[in-house]
Amino acid sequence: MKKKFLSIINKISSFIVIFAILILWQILSATGIVPKFMLPSPVDVVMAFIGDFPLLMQHAATTLTEAFLGLMIGTLLGFAIAVIMDYYPIAYKSVYPLMVLTQTVPTVAIAPLLVLWMGYGLLPKVTLIVLTTFFPIAIGLLDGFHTVDPDSINLLKAMGANRLQVFTHIKLPSSLSHFFAGLKISVSYSVVAAVISEWLGGFYGLGVYMTRVRKSYSFDKMFAVIFFISLISLLLMLGVTLLKDAVMPWDRSKKTERKNQI
Amino acid sequence: MDKLIAKNITVSYEGANIIEDISIELNKGEIVCLLGVSGVGKTTLFNVISGLLNPDEGIVELDGRNITGKAGNVSYMLQKDMLMPYKTIIDNVSLPLVIRGEKKSKARDITAKYFQEFGLEGTEKKYPFQLSGGMRQRAALLRTYLFSDQVALLDEPFSALDSITKSVMHEWYLQVMKQIRLSTLLITHDIDEAIILSDRIYVMAGKPGRIKEEVIIDEPKPRDKDFKVSESFIKYKRHILSILM
Repeated sequence: MKKKFLSIINKISSFIVIFAILILWQILSATGIVPKFMLPSPVDVVMAFIGDFPLLMQHAATTLTEAFLGLMIGTLLGFAIAVIMDYYPIAYKSVYPLMVLTQTVPTVAIAPLLVLWMGYGLLPKVTLIVLTTFFPIAIGLLDGFHTVDPDSINLLKAMGANRLQVFTHIKLPSSLSHFFAGLKISVSYSVVAAVISEWLGGFYGLGVYMTRVRKSYSFDKMFAVIFFISLISLLLMLGVTLLKDAVMPWDRSKKTERKNQI
Repeated sequence: MDKLIAKNITVSYEGANIIEDISIELNKGEIVCLLGVSGVGKTTLFNVISGLLNPDEGIVELDGRNITGKAGNVSYMLQKDMLMPYKTIIDNVSLPLVIRGEKKSKARDITAKYFQEFGLEGTEKKYPFQLSGGMRQRAALLRTYLFSDQVALLDEPFSALDSITKSVMHEWYLQVMKQIRLSTLLITHDIDEAIILSDRIYVMAGKPGRIKEEVIIDEPKPRDKDFKVSESFIKYKRHILSILM
């Protein structure tokens, strides 16, 4: 009985912490220790969210479209780059350092340039998202390709397999978990990159909404949209986990097996 | 296949010979052991015969055909089962057929027939991690057999198993071999295993590794548990130990 109780506590401990912070925040705000115009209370934030719900949804649709397009293209690009680099070692040697270099340039710094070059439409936003999302995918896959057991590859070669067969039967499937780890990062990047690109110009999107409420000092709405964005990221990451479980049944069953043993 | 011959094989690495002037042959349906301590070059020879490594000198012939440095003619199996964790057992086992260009469903049909014979029935749709070590080695052996039903090279296939499972696997192996008559070259450092399983034993020793002696185990098969404690078993073992030490 006591053990069961402890395991429940263990499971919901993180929720308890979050809940405690929210209560503390509400008290600080409601008693006026922190002035309301600087920090709205959680209740205010929820009210703002409900009040602006239709508008938020409309903007979210734009942001999600951008994120989705950018993520799709970024994933395909990352995949292609990883495969090419794996197939041609010379490509790996020559392009890999450049690829790492592109990632040291802060997103916020290239976003205005992209707007100048490509205007206020969808294009600069999607481009920025592609630039930020392809990297984790490419790195993840490359890592996966390189850590494949050489004995397995030898075995397949001894069976007379060609490079394509080695790729489809060994390299790709054994890199899937690396791929999904990369995708999880890319998914959250895609939303963040979409919002950042919208700050700099555009007519719709959560980033645009954010800029507007900031200019009108509506802190409650500001917080509402921030939480909304992280909620979207969380849900998308959960989606990736579900996708992974569906695509890699052996991995999931391994986990349940382990749980049963414990 | 009638005969696998390796003639005068020498392999060097960074100027020093690892194995020197090794000649062995394997006749149809035979189980032949290559016995020696770790590091004597058993696996190097193995890689030469499987075609993964080109020897400095010597040739490998299968039925009179030169297969030196050509992979895909003889199948092999290692100590680690190398079953792909992401494939079910039946897909793992039928992999050689798929590689050869067979359709997946057809390959499964062909493979499924052997599951009973190899004591694997019921594991078709399971993943490797759900099987015990012994069962995984059975699956790996079936895959090896489907890769080539002519000749198989087994590199310490049972050495990762505990000694009881190992004995069970020996009996199982001799049982299966009686039916499928797969010519087998088995590499091991376990003297008991060599005596129990083989028709002939090549004892390897020295640096660079050479064949010291060919020991013929003239005993009926399958050999039961009593053979392991019999007078003649001890005699073979004493003789082999005297060569090795």
